[in-house]
Parts: sequence; C-alpha cells; structure tokens
Amino acid sequence: MAISREEVLHVARLARLELTEEEVGRFQEQLSAILEAVSKVSELDLTDVPATSHPLQIANAWAEDVPHTSLTLDEAFANAPDRDGDYFRVPPA
Amino acid sequence: MGAHGIDTLRLSAEDALGLLERGEATSRELWEAYRAAIDAQNPELNAFLTLVDEPEGDGIPIAIKDVISTKGIRTTAGSKILEPYVPVFDATVAARCKAASMPCLGKTNTDEFAMGSSTENSAYGPTHNPWDLDRVPGGSGGGSAAAVAAGLAPWALGSDTGGSIKLPSAFCGNVGLRPTYGTVSRYGVVAFASSLDQVGPVTRNVRDNALLYRIISGRDVHDSTTVDVPPVLLPESEDLKGLRIGLPRQLNDLDGIEPGVKAAVASAIALAESLGAEIDECELPLSVDYGLPCYYLIAPAEASANLARFDGVRYGARSDGPDFREMVMRTRHDFLGDESKRRIMIGTYALSSGYYDAYYGTAQKVRTVIKREHDALFEKFDLLISPTCATTAFRLGEKSADPLAMYLTDVLTIPSNMAGLPGLSIPCGLSDGLPVGLQLVGPQFSENLLYRAGHALEGAIGFDPVPGRLA
Amino acid sequence: MSGETGVTWEPVIGLEIHVQLKTETKMFCRCKNGAGGEPNSQTCPVCLAFPGALPVPNRRAIEETVKLGLALGCTIADRAVFHRKNYFYPDLSKAYQISQYDEPLCSGGSLLVPTADGDIVIGITRAHLEEDAAKNVHVAASGRLHGATATLVDFNRGGSALLEIVTEPDIHSSEVAKRFLQLLRQTVVELGLSDAELEKGSMRFDVNVSVRPAGTTELRTRTELKNMNSFNFAAKGIEKEITRQVAIYESGGVVVQETLHFDPGNEESPPTRSKEEAQDYRYFPEPDLVPIYPPLELVEQLRQQIGELPSARIGRIADTLSFYDADVLVTGSLDRLWSAVVEAGADAKETANVLANAFVAAGIDPAAVDARELAKLVSARSEIPRAVFDEALTHLGDPGFSADPYVAQKAVSDVSELDPVIEAVIAANPGQAEQFRGGKEGLLGFFVGQVMKETRGKADPRVVSDRVRSKLAG
Repeated sequence: MAISREEVLHVARLARLELTEEEVGRFQEQLSAILEAVSKVSELDLTDVPATSHPLQIANAWAEDVPHTSLTLDEAFANAPDRDGDYFRVPPA
Repeated sequence: MGAHGIDTLRLSAEDALGLLERGEATSRELWEAYRAAIDAQNPELNAFLTLVDEPEGDGIPIAIKDVISTKGIRTTAGSKILEPYVPVFDATVAARCKAASMPCLGKTNTDEFAMGSSTENSAYGPTHNPWDLDRVPGGSGGGSAAAVAAGLAPWALGSDTGGSIKLPSAFCGNVGLRPTYGTVSRYGVVAFASSLDQVGPVTRNVRDNALLYRIISGRDVHDSTTVDVPPVLLPESEDLKGLRIGLPRQLNDLDGIEPGVKAAVASAIALAESLGAEIDECELPLSVDYGLPCYYLIAPAEASANLARFDGVRYGARSDGPDFREMVMRTRHDFLGDESKRRIMIGTYALSSGYYDAYYGTAQKVRTVIKREHDALFEKFDLLISPTCATTAFRLGEKSADPLAMYLTDVLTIPSNMAGLPGLSIPCGLSDGLPVGLQLVGPQFSENLLYRAGHALEGAIGFDPVPGRLA
Repeated sequence: MSGETGVTWEPVIGLEIHVQLKTETKMFCRCKNGAGGEPNSQTCPVCLAFPGALPVPNRRAIEETVKLGLALGCTIADRAVFHRKNYFYPDLSKAYQISQYDEPLCSGGSLLVPTADGDIVIGITRAHLEEDAAKNVHVAASGRLHGATATLVDFNRGGSALLEIVTEPDIHSSEVAKRFLQLLRQTVVELGLSDAELEKGSMRFDVNVSVRPAGTTELRTRTELKNMNSFNFAAKGIEKEITRQVAIYESGGVVVQETLHFDPGNEESPPTRSKEEAQDYRYFPEPDLVPIYPPLELVEQLRQQIGELPSARIGRIADTLSFYDADVLVTGSLDRLWSAVVEAGADAKETANVLANAFVAAGIDPAAVDARELAKLVSARSEIPRAVFDEALTHLGDPGFSADPYVAQKAVSDVSELDPVIEAVIAANPGQAEQFRGGKEGLLGFFVGQVMKETRGKADPRVVSDRVRSKLAG
C-alpha cells in the first residue's frame, strides 16, 4: 500500500489523533488510495515553475500599532470547557 | 401553503424587497412566512441545524451556512467538536448582512468543516435534496442550497473551497457564485483551506445573487487577503452580443458526463449562441487532469493546520485525559468525523519532513500551471462554460463509502478554484426531473460579466426553480 | 583549553536570542502588548484562535525588525514571507506559531565585539519576526489527596511580537558570549526596540555549545543550554559544559545531542537533561498572510534613524581613552555624557574617571545632567575639598543645578591660614610627632587627617601634607 501502518501512526501522532486498531487499518487503506491518486502531481515536468502560495498578487498588508478593545473575561471564557478563575485549565502538560 | 399569503417558494429576494417597499407585507410577516415554511419542511430536509426565534433586523431574512460565525447563535461547522460553541463575535460577512438589516433565519447544514461534496459528512445528519428526498443536495453547502430551493429562505450565504457553493447550487437548481478569491472576507469563517475558501451568495436568480454579493463583498481590515472590489452592477442586459465564450474540451467532454447533463448544457450553449455570443472550443490541457490531485493535496494540508486549534482548550467539546497530550488526542478522536480525520492525515503527510517537496511543494507548482492555462484562455475568451458537475444529484449513501468517488464529484469545479477565479453556477435545465447546473467561469474580478451573461442566459433558459414535488 | 592528551580544545558557541518588541499591540492582533494585566484580559478572537480568526501583521513590529537588521549589517530581504510552525502545546492557541522560515526579513549580518586585544566579528545568520506563546502555569490542584496537577494558561502574552536573532557559531569563549549578549542587549535597548530585561523575560536566549580540536573547522555534536536568565549565569553554565564535553572527548567518549534545562532561580543546581525527539514542524507558507516587500524608501528612512552603535562607539572612544575606560563608559551608557562634558571643556581622562567611579556611585541619571555644569565641576576637582565635590555630585541631577557655588568653595591652600592649625595639631600630639621624627612616615597621614578634621575638610590636603612635613622636620 502507498502508506504504511507506521506512517499512519506517525501522522496520527503528529496530528494528535488517537486511533483504534480498526481505524488504523481502515484509514491505511483509504489514505493509500487517496495518496496514490494525488501522487499524480509528480508526473508533470515542473522545472522553472514557481509555487503559487496566494491566488492574488498582493503584498504589504498590515495594520497600525493602535490597540483595539479586547474581549471581556466573560467573552473570552464564554465557551471554555474548563475555567479556573481567570485561567483556562487543562490537564498537566 | 404560504403564511400571510406569501408564497416563499416563488419569491425572489428582490420580490420580497418589493413587497416591503410597497407596504404589501411587513418584515414580521415575511419572517413568519419563512418560519412557517421551515417548520413545515425542515424536519424532512434537515437544511437548518439551528433556528433563530426572534428576527434581528427588519430587512430581507437570510440563511447562513454553519461555518460562518454568528454572534450569539450557535455555530457548529457541521461538527460535534463545536456542538456547544456560541461565537462572541460576528464574521465580517454576517456583520455586513446585519448592517443591511437582514435578520438571520438560522444556520444551515454543511459537511463537517466544509469538507465534502454531499453534506453527508455532517455530524448532524445529511440534508435531503428538495427535488428528491432520497438524494443529496450536494456539498458542502447542501443546507443553504436546499433552504433556498425549498422556499425556506429567500437567499443564503454559502462557502466554496472546491465547489461547495457551485455544486449544491447545481444539484438544487439555485444560482451560486464562487467569488474571485480575496473579494469576500474570510474573517469569522471557520477555516478549511485558507488559500481557497470564499464565502458566496446562494440565490434563486442571478439578480438576487448580484444584490447579495454587493452587500458582502469588499476589502476587510480583519482579513489581510482581501482587496477592494469594482462596483457590483445589477444585470439588465438580455443578450450576449460580443461575448466570446470558450468551451474547454477537457471539462465539456469529460468521461462520465451523464447524457441528460450533456443535453441540458448543449441546449444552453445553443441559446447562448442565439443571444449573440461567439462560441468556440478550447483546451485546458493539464488543469482538469491535475486539478483534482492538486486540490486534494493543498486543501488538506492547509486544513490540517487550520483544524489543529480544535484541542479542547479554549472552546468546544473536550474528552478528559490524565495529561494534556492524552486529552487532546482523545478529544480529537471522539469529536472529529472520519472525513476530517482523513484530510488532516493526508495534509499532515503532505507537509511532513521528507515529503513536503514531493507533495505540497509540487502541488503549489501545479497550481501555477493551472493558473497559467486559464490566463492563456482569457486572452482569447471572456468566459468559459461547462457543466458544473458530470451528474445530477446522486442518491444518499451512493458515494459515501468511497472517499475517492466522492472527491471526483468536484472534478469540474476544482480547476478554476485552484486559479482563484470566480465561477457562477446557474440551472440550465432538468435531467430526469433533477436540476442540471451550468458553470460560467471568468477571469479575476469579472463578476459583473458573469452576472451579465448569467442573467441573459437565465432569461432565455426559463428554468423554474420550484422543485417539482413542491410545485 | 588543553586536556591531558595534549590536544587544545576550542569551544564553538552559537546563540539564539529572542527579544520581545515593546510595540503597543501584539504581532497579529491589536490587543495591548505588555505584562502586568489581569490574566486573559488582553485577548481577542485572533490571539485566542477562535474559529475563523485571522492574523493582521503589526507594521511597527516589521519596521523595528528591519531596523535591527540594518543595525546588524544584515541584508534586508526583497521579499519576506511568514510561515506556520506546527506543534501542539497549551500555550499555543492555534497549534501553530506564525514565524519565518526560509525567507526571513533579515539575514547575513554581524555584530562587532571589541576587546582589549582587538575586535571580534560575530556573524549573524538571520533575524526574523514571529509571535510569542502564551504563559503556562503548572500547578498542584488544591484539596486533592493524590497530588494531581493541572496547567493553567494565561493568553495575555500569546501573540506578542518576538524578534529572533541567530548567530553563526563564531563565538569561542564564554567571555565573548557574555560580551556579545551584553552588546546586543545594549544595541536593542538603544534602538528603542525593547527593554530587553532578562529577569522579566523580555530578552531570552539559548546557547549551543560544542568543542573541537583547535585549528580544525569541524562542527561536532552540540548541546543546547536553556533557561539561563543572566549573562553571568550563562558564562558559568557555558564553562561547565565546555569542561564536561572536553572530558568526554579526552576519555574517548562521544558527546550526545541533548538539551540542558537550567533552573533560572538557582545557578548552582545541575541542569536536567532531555533528549527531545526531533520535532517535525511541517513549515509551510502562511496562507492567511501576504508577502512583505520592504519598500526601499522605508528601509532608508529606518537606516537614518540608527545612529552610532555601542560597538562602534567603544572603538572610537578607545582612540582617546584606554580600551578599558572606553568600554566602561559605553557599556555603562555614560559615553554620550562623557562626550558632552569633554566638549564643554573638561579633560577627557579626568571626566572618564569621575563618570566611571564617583558618578556611578552617586547613582545619578545621565539624562538629568547638564554637561556644562559637570564640566566645571570636573575641571575644579583638584581645587575644591573632596566633601564639597561629593556634595555637588549628589545634586548634579537636580533641575537647574549650577556648579558655581561649589566650585567657588576652593580648598584652603593659604599657608597663613593653615599654619596655625597645623602647629596646633602638632602641639597637641607630641608623641606622634616624636615617632614621625623617629622614622614612622605613615603617621603623616594621621596629622593630615587631624588637620582636615579641624578645618572640616576645607583644607587642601596636598598643601597640608607639605606643611606638616616641613613643620615636623623642624
């Protein structure tokens, strides 16, 4: 297959996706098929072809160093899964 | 049906505006008419995920795709990971609608994080096509398209990355614009692929589409990738005199285009000729063959980074864990859907050390090739025409087991998207009772031209946007 | 350093420095920048990475990065691009940091480190712009029996503009590393870019250390030293690591790539070591931001604003004074005042002496000083009593200070005034007079001291010394 089991586990780890055994197998098959299809891009001769990162040729978009009104604490925490006082709490990192 | 005697199935936004202006209906009555339609049909369509009870604004109501942040109104992006999420800010496009006094009717269904071509990847169940409940409305913005087609909203906002406005518009008989990249703000729109996403109007006719595009478009200081837009004109012309229209062979003669689709598109082209357009075949030698793989490398790569913020820390659902890493892994496992996971993994792979050059890096160059091929055609042509999709709406479940088969649905909409070009899909006929979409593609900033051509063609085609089963 | 095997080992040191720019707002949103606010009170959808939020760059931060690059003699890129650096951590709200990768704003410069033995040129590989992470606080949950902990996150700092400077591995001693850091810090502060305070974290640095046989150009495995929060601490830590690596090679071993995490609160405690797995950051160009093409007129404008930098000033002033004096004045931020005082007529060496010693001891702010008044004081230093001079110094920073009243209080050197006092002191101390005449030269100081005491410091000590000597000699 185009992508190995180890590679599936590797990208899942990089992307912080826990996978069950069944999922590893199923995704390996599907990802292999997709990878084979998208690998087609390497068939082209792209010597001297520059990359396009942006569809528009614009540059120098920036803003002045002037403060705006920040969120209130209630707004900042409105959707927080775990608020501890004025902090976002998570299990130990 | 039609509360207050308002037939929402046959009302364009411009019509509704006329009712209000002539005092033939109040905005409250208009609102209630759409609410009544929603209450009657949404249970079987599942077009709306969240409904707003009290209108805010006395203008023409609008439905908004659930990837667009609406302050105080739940925004799920079609995902369980955002099930509890209520934004504290409006997306710029939502704010512009608000400023135009347009009350939001509710949030429409979408494939999770806009990834999909049928709305079957929504964590909240698929939307059903108002033309045939056993069929998909297209995706990712199936909810908006179905809502407009079924008269649940006069118009709607959608978003298009690989065809997520154009395709549902084709399947549901709407007019949908995918704007020139950079003409509509993405601020507040849950990001899928940053260099491809664009918000656009989904409407019953071309003039409505221009009206709505005028309201939402234009540079936004919150989005560094936006630019100023030439004034949007409401189309009036009924002819296509002087217009040079190209028919790329690789789009129009693609293997697998259903005969009914071919026929409807052919008759539309014949009409275009009769309206004065000069039609000629042309070539997109590589864009169609390589557009799909190019898209399915770039979009997932950008998405893999855009979706990384869903880690259970600051908002959204969370699964517990003994430490941060476990918590994040379980949260993303438990609350993200399969297609999102697939794209995240493909994207991560395409960007990973040792693979970047072969995959993402190469795809960015292919993108340049696609842009150049289109630019070359626009030296000779004003517009390009093709079907929006090789088929009409397929059945629910027909392609959902095979990701690749689903991806192929986008083969005709993707190439111009990769080049950042605008595309308008208008209905051009029926095939076995299902709408067929015609895709008009123009150079960057050519929306006025698209609208002019679309409006003239629309008039000549005379498509009835009311779904047969609701007529 | 030389080892037992007779090989001379050369340390190879590179530095990675992060400087927090003191802009009003953050790098990609307009929340207020700066410490001291209540936790999470300086946040918005952008720096909290709410769905749909988008970055907008801070123009001033870009200009300040270019300015620093120019000061370091860097090439300013024609085209600079932001990249996403992807990893997961609680203090990184987007799970990617917007930074710069292969198209940074500045590259290829140098910083001159003047030393008594000549100038050392330290190459600067690059200087680029990025955003800072938020602050994690690791806590023990209260009331829990089993010591469960949590991590609390304050996003106020998240998104602040950070300037990253990377040097070539051109540093070959801990002393030069320390000097480099001091000069870089002073350069950054003088340019007004940052307060660069190590204790507050507005300047942070990591050190890469390896060693090699002197005379070779190989680059051996290096270790990374993190969390040293003072330059002295860093010099010590570097020294210890150099010694450790030399010992390993001398005993035939191999240095392993590691990161040493120091305890910033305790210089003496040994660092914890970690072998961090190589991270795959999957850099790709930031699609939400468009490239920067620094306009030439802007670059020129910024270049004009730079002025003479500390390294250059040390070199220039060392032509007039000793290297040591030049170094002390410039690194003490006193050279501007010195120049002005000398220009107002005072002696160069005398002024340097006063500034480097008494002035610093008196704790005066150089900016508050009128150079002409200080010049008068310095010039009259040998003529007025020490006490008067010292008192003048304490008032030097007062608004409207005038040296005139102090300078007028010349020390008494008129022998007709001094002789009676001297004679009285000698008469009052016959024993010591006897001992002095007997050969105890040191007692001269005793007599001079007594006369100074009697005259309340107003006598000229040199004249007193001469007169005492001649009177005691009879």
